[in-house]
Amino acid sequence: MTVQLQTGRLLFEGNDWDFATIQRIHDAVAEIAEKDLKLDTFPNQIEIITAEQMLDAYASTGMPLFYKHWSFGKHFAQHEAVYRKGLMGLAYEIVINSNPCISYIMEENTATMQTLVIAHAAFGHNHFFKNNYLFNQWTDPDGILDYLTFAKGYVSSCEERYGQPAVERVLDAAHALMPQGVHRYPRKKPLNLKSEEKRERERAELQERMYDDLWRTVPNAKDGGKARQLRDDKRRALLELPQENLLYFLEKTAPRLAPWQREILRIVRNISQYFYPQMQTKVMNEGCATYTHYRIMNILHQRGQISDGSYLEFLTSHTNVVRQPVFEDPYYNGINPYALGFDMMSDIERIATDPTDEDRAWFPDLAGRGDPMEQLKEIWRNYRDESFIAQFLSPNLIRKWRLFHIEDNPDEPNLSVNAIHDDRGYRNLRRLLARQHDTAWLSPDIQVVDVDLEGTRRLVVHHKVLRNMLLQPEDTARVLQHLADLWSYDVVLREVDFTTDAVLKEHHAKARPGIFA
Amino acid sequence: MHIVDRRLNPGGKSFANRQRFLRRAKDMVQRAVRESTKDRGIGDLDQAGEVTIPVDDIREPTLRRAGSGGKRDIVLPGNRQYVEGDQIERPPSGEGKGNGREGGGGDSEDAFRFVLTREEFLNIFLDDLELPDLAKRRMAVTETHGIRRAGYTTSGSPANLALGRTLQISMSRRIAMKRPKSSELEALEAELKALEAEGGAPEAIQALKDEIETQNRRRARIPYLDPLDLRYRRYEPFPKPIAQAVMFCLMDVSGSMSEHMKDLAKRFYMLLHVFLARRYKHVDVVFIRHTDKAKEVDEETFFRGTETGGTMVSSAFVEMKRIVEERYDPTIWNIYAAQASDGDNMSSDAERTMRLLRDDILPVCQYFAYLQVGDPGGHMGFMQHQGDTTLWRTYMTLQRAGTKFEMRRVQRREDIYPVFRQLFQKRDAAEGASP
Repeated sequence: MTVQLQTGRLLFEGNDWDFATIQRIHDAVAEIAEKDLKLDTFPNQIEIITAEQMLDAYASTGMPLFYKHWSFGKHFAQHEAVYRKGLMGLAYEIVINSNPCISYIMEENTATMQTLVIAHAAFGHNHFFKNNYLFNQWTDPDGILDYLTFAKGYVSSCEERYGQPAVERVLDAAHALMPQGVHRYPRKKPLNLKSEEKRERERAELQERMYDDLWRTVPNAKDGGKARQLRDDKRRALLELPQENLLYFLEKTAPRLAPWQREILRIVRNISQYFYPQMQTKVMNEGCATYTHYRIMNILHQRGQISDGSYLEFLTSHTNVVRQPVFEDPYYNGINPYALGFDMMSDIERIATDPTDEDRAWFPDLAGRGDPMEQLKEIWRNYRDESFIAQFLSPNLIRKWRLFHIEDNPDEPNLSVNAIHDDRGYRNLRRLLARQHDTAWLSPDIQVVDVDLEGTRRLVVHHKVLRNMLLQPEDTARVLQHLADLWSYDVVLREVDFTTDAVLKEHHAKARPGIFA
Repeated sequence: MHIVDRRLNPGGKSFANRQRFLRRAKDMVQRAVRESTKDRGIGDLDQAGEVTIPVDDIREPTLRRAGSGGKRDIVLPGNRQYVEGDQIERPPSGEGKGNGREGGGGDSEDAFRFVLTREEFLNIFLDDLELPDLAKRRMAVTETHGIRRAGYTTSGSPANLALGRTLQISMSRRIAMKRPKSSELEALEAELKALEAEGGAPEAIQALKDEIETQNRRRARIPYLDPLDLRYRRYEPFPKPIAQAVMFCLMDVSGSMSEHMKDLAKRFYMLLHVFLARRYKHVDVVFIRHTDKAKEVDEETFFRGTETGGTMVSSAFVEMKRIVEERYDPTIWNIYAAQASDGDNMSSDAERTMRLLRDDILPVCQYFAYLQVGDPGGHMGFMQHQGDTTLWRTYMTLQRAGTKFEMRRVQRREDIYPVFRQLFQKRDAAEGASP
């Protein structure tokens, strides 16, 4: 911080706030966000809630309205018990990726905290939601609240018509398969007549060009296995197999489900898909929001819009948020996405404005380019956690965090340290940390590969096993039971080694008759 | 930018979810509640409380990798001592490996703790219990009717004439039909008088007279109060349920009753009281203690005070009968009685006890429970062990006779609740269970 420019009046004094204060804070923060940081955000809607309502929001994955299910009641009871004992503080805010962007802020926050929270959620997260490519690709912020309203109404009307237990069974099964209810890659758009015709014409032209009567005279290979192979391929193509989205597959092809059951599977699948980008951008999203609030709070302080006391209060909570305990610390609970995100954003700012020779060697495109905000916005737009870390984790930061890599190989008696923060270790550490944030790597790769349509209608599901990491057996049996019930015929899950295709383990489940009658 | 104040929104948004959750985990919550009542003191039996249930049935399984097995890479922050190639001894369990996401997570959560509200606790606690003969009583009670106002009617007895309503209607009719008011008439008369006094024009006087004449005719034709206006208060009878109960606690306090026995009895009374309080708006408790004389006392004296003397159970019944006659009319009170005793009674008293109970007490009671308390795992005499005490023998004949009367033996504290449940479990379940 340089000189204190006394250009503004204090936005508030003391801890108390009222709606006029919130409005003033929002306007001041908005001005900085637009003029100084040039953020691009959805319009904001700020909602003030109580602790109980915050617990409500926790229970229903942060969404303001959700269909009813016992598991939300369970989570509420769990959070409430922990909260009552004082073991857990509640989040200061929850923000929803919708248009307008809804931020929930807690009533017991002080005025300083409300400023921090507005800067963090209503501008930091908001900018990220609006601009990141994953969110653009997968979520529809204009429609999400309407969709949730629809989902809630639909589920409760199903409960009225078919009874709570029947609906609950479908939801239980669908929730068990929820992580397998996302499309990980964009699918091709449905074809329209025009492009279809064009393709057909091109194909015909190609065939005419390629035509040579000679091919007719080439003797055929043995035709025995081929017909069968063709039939299998055709069947798989018709069923769009292999299919990674289990819920989608069941919704479209499960033979015995009623239309309303399919619709419920669809609802669960859509909600799962909506959250998929958030899972992939935790570090970036929090990093973006934390960096933004840090910048905004500093500017507010420099302009004399918040007092020194407020600024210190802000620093205290900011420091708590970006604290990263070391691995031996009893509080260590994995890498703190706020800490990693904020440190990386600050590091990028440093590289852009004040690079060392090392930075120039590692980040030739970024080092010394100036205007860190533009660089960061570019990054926020085009990366997710995995690619972001793989690209921008600098040796400087690896040294600061003193990262090291441990390999846990069950065949060896000991754990071995394979890389530390030195020249040989940087690239390895960066690659491994990136992979540690790659959802595609973290979640097991499970796909429907085939259905025995001519015989028992058995569904064949494969788990491509990476490095011998098998599925947790009890839970797998439970989920498989749900899957079999939905499919209504037997299901086999084969754990297949990724490289050798050897079957390591098989799980079977038989459909219980009458569960989804 | 909009600011929305959501704090005023109705709370309990997750109430429906919670109900679903409790229903889902019902069996386990019930078991946990019963367990937890063992440790609870008498005073806070019906308080909110934390229960722990196993996560079995409320598990939300997903397909995930096991916590161990396979080759894993972990990147950790805060290296101080390690250099590349170091070997670290494997920590004993999955824990301590560091990365919470992959290390040992998930498998360890086998118990689930949460807080039940007082209401929920009691609901679950008393869930499958039923007041004996409640259904029968409810039907019987329907016969006692209360009377309440139910609007107005056009016919009825003069005593029920609703004066205010009648006049209201009469007034609206008068206004509608333009009945001249007496003040208007008086004004006309006064004008006439003034005109006559000053000797006005005869035509004007005649016109005024005609006017008064017309108005008077109108008044005569349109009555002030027409039979059409009459309204009567309407009453209708409605069934008045008896929402009050009285609970008689009878206890032998002679020297043979130990503190432990009294504690058992107290626990039983506590349960009964909680139970009744759930069902009735108003519950009275009457404590009668007896040796060879019976006396109504307050709670403190009932449990604490000691007295010496012989044992005559009939004295308590006489006292109870007197109190019922004096204060608790069986037609408007639901009467419950629970007697606790170690089973001693003077043998000469058996006949009289029997007669009183059969002829006077049981007919007015909804339910009578006899609880024979003993010392825990006590080295009781052979006779007592069989439960074959004087009183027990006396009552045996009654038990066969009717269902209003139940008797049980209790020796240990933890038996209280099962016995209580046996006594009050839903009738059909009981019938189904017993051969």
